[in-house]
Amino acid sequence: MSNPCTSAVDFSKLKGDFPVLSRTVHGHRIVYLDSASSAQRPQSVLDAMDAYYQTTHANVHRGVYTLAEEADRLYEGARLAVGRLIGAEDPEHEVIFTKNATESINLVAATWGRSNLNPGDVVLLTDMEHHANIVPWLMLADERGIELRWIGVDDEYRLDLSDLDRLLDGVKLVACTTMSNVLGTITPFAHIAEAAHRAGALVLADGAQSVPHIPTDVGRLGCDFLAFSAHKMLGPTGIGVLWGRRELLEAMPPFLGGGGMIRDVRHDGFTSNVLPWKFEAGTPPIAEAVGLGAAVSYLESLGLDAIRAHEVGLTAYAQSVLAERFGDDLTIFGPPGTAERGGVLSLAYRDVHPHDLAQVLDQAGVCVRAGHHCAKPLMRHLGVNATARASFYLYNDESDVDVLADAIAEAGTLFA
Amino acid sequence: MTGLEDLYREIILDHYRSPRNRGELPAPPAQRVEGFNPLCGDEVIVYVQVQDGTVTDIRFAGQGCSISQSSASLMSAAVKGKTVAEARSLIRTFKAMMSVHEARLGDGLDAGGSANGSGDDGTDDVAADPESLGELAALQGVVKFPVRIKCATLSWNTLAQGLDEAEESTAPHA
Repeated sequence: MSNPCTSAVDFSKLKGDFPVLSRTVHGHRIVYLDSASSAQRPQSVLDAMDAYYQTTHANVHRGVYTLAEEADRLYEGARLAVGRLIGAEDPEHEVIFTKNATESINLVAATWGRSNLNPGDVVLLTDMEHHANIVPWLMLADERGIELRWIGVDDEYRLDLSDLDRLLDGVKLVACTTMSNVLGTITPFAHIAEAAHRAGALVLADGAQSVPHIPTDVGRLGCDFLAFSAHKMLGPTGIGVLWGRRELLEAMPPFLGGGGMIRDVRHDGFTSNVLPWKFEAGTPPIAEAVGLGAAVSYLESLGLDAIRAHEVGLTAYAQSVLAERFGDDLTIFGPPGTAERGGVLSLAYRDVHPHDLAQVLDQAGVCVRAGHHCAKPLMRHLGVNATARASFYLYNDESDVDVLADAIAEAGTLFA
Repeated sequence: MTGLEDLYREIILDHYRSPRNRGELPAPPAQRVEGFNPLCGDEVIVYVQVQDGTVTDIRFAGQGCSISQSSASLMSAAVKGKTVAEARSLIRTFKAMMSVHEARLGDGLDAGGSANGSGDDGTDDVAADPESLGELAALQGVVKFPVRIKCATLSWNTLAQGLDEAEESTAPHA
């Protein structure tokens, strides 16, 4: 299934690293196909967080005692690990810990947006965006009178860039996903970023779907900001990342106010702390950062190239099995070529409603998402209210695809 | 215990495949009310015509899963020709059938949730009397699938709103 060149990693053994995958549901082993929504965690991440609480916890950036120093080192160590994963040149200053990708994007909208966007300024989005990369800009449009423009989606589920230069006219920021959470489409982000920069715009990448699955290098992407969440990349919930170019972050006003983000507070004002703490008000998610650091180590031990190759092979296998068994009865909304897509398969099966499909699948232990996937503008473009979405990660294998196909066939029988 | 046959009873599948009263009514005189399930994007549009305190006609449109669509179909068949008071009473009974069981969701979720799981107390009888619900009792199995309850109640909540609006529009303006 996976590329023989990367066979140094035996992906068939990885399920054993993930305790939850040994559970059964309705008498069946769990076939977890919802990692695009949230991934599972390996034992090493759980152990790292457990060990942190059992041996180390203290607040960061405040104490001189040993526990606090160790907590500090672990927290800042996680920042460096995240920076390494995405090719950040200056991770000590450029990697900001947030709550999740959603908060990362809100941070940019609320600070960079408020101080740089004026009535009539344009933010360019795409029809593939998750609500997390739409609503913050809609809120800013309400507040500031900025204009939102949209890059459309073509018949082959790609961004329609035929009119990009005209769309970029007058644009201050392009906010674009690197990979659609519905279609799996990997967007030509670097190309868009280059055109945007030529037009004088900054570029924000919503990397929530791609960072966990595809090697990421902020320099090669050409983004000015990158947002992603830990829980989609084997880490805990409650922590996300905003990477930004240092000079931009330096110039931005702080986001939330409180302890940790200040250098001085007086009756008549305050001065902000330096990066990255300027953007980390209050006690941060320390144990979560430790867990994220362990998740990065796990991903690096496999190698993002090998993970990507595994998922490409698995996606191709799923496409061929589903096409062979269901033919025209089953539609996959997304580009067919595995080189331009991730392991996210949004399915429509005959006229079985996605909720009904997901319900039947659950009875077979198969976890898929049914709904609009927080991308209603895209669903409107596709002309559907909902899809059933199966998404793969490093712990999935061909047997999972086979169980999925069998369960879809069962739904076909029930709703014949 | 939570087999699919509890959820997808034959009556439900029949109403899903061959929905009754699907369509539209001119509004006005009918009331047109939209209901959304923001979690899943399903929508139902209920057209209800009330004359002299009676639901003289009802239609529904929209998109949804087998549960939401069959529930709308069963509802339309059940309330057509009923007085508004009878329809409201049926809405209450139906929603009670769905909500009584919410109190013992723990049963279906895990063994540890049985603290409030004594389903044999008196409240059950009041709410979920299959006699008074007729075919609608087929939807009783939905309560074993907690996330689907909203699918089943969507059209009923929408109808309740439609009846409110019908009464408001005919109420004498003081």
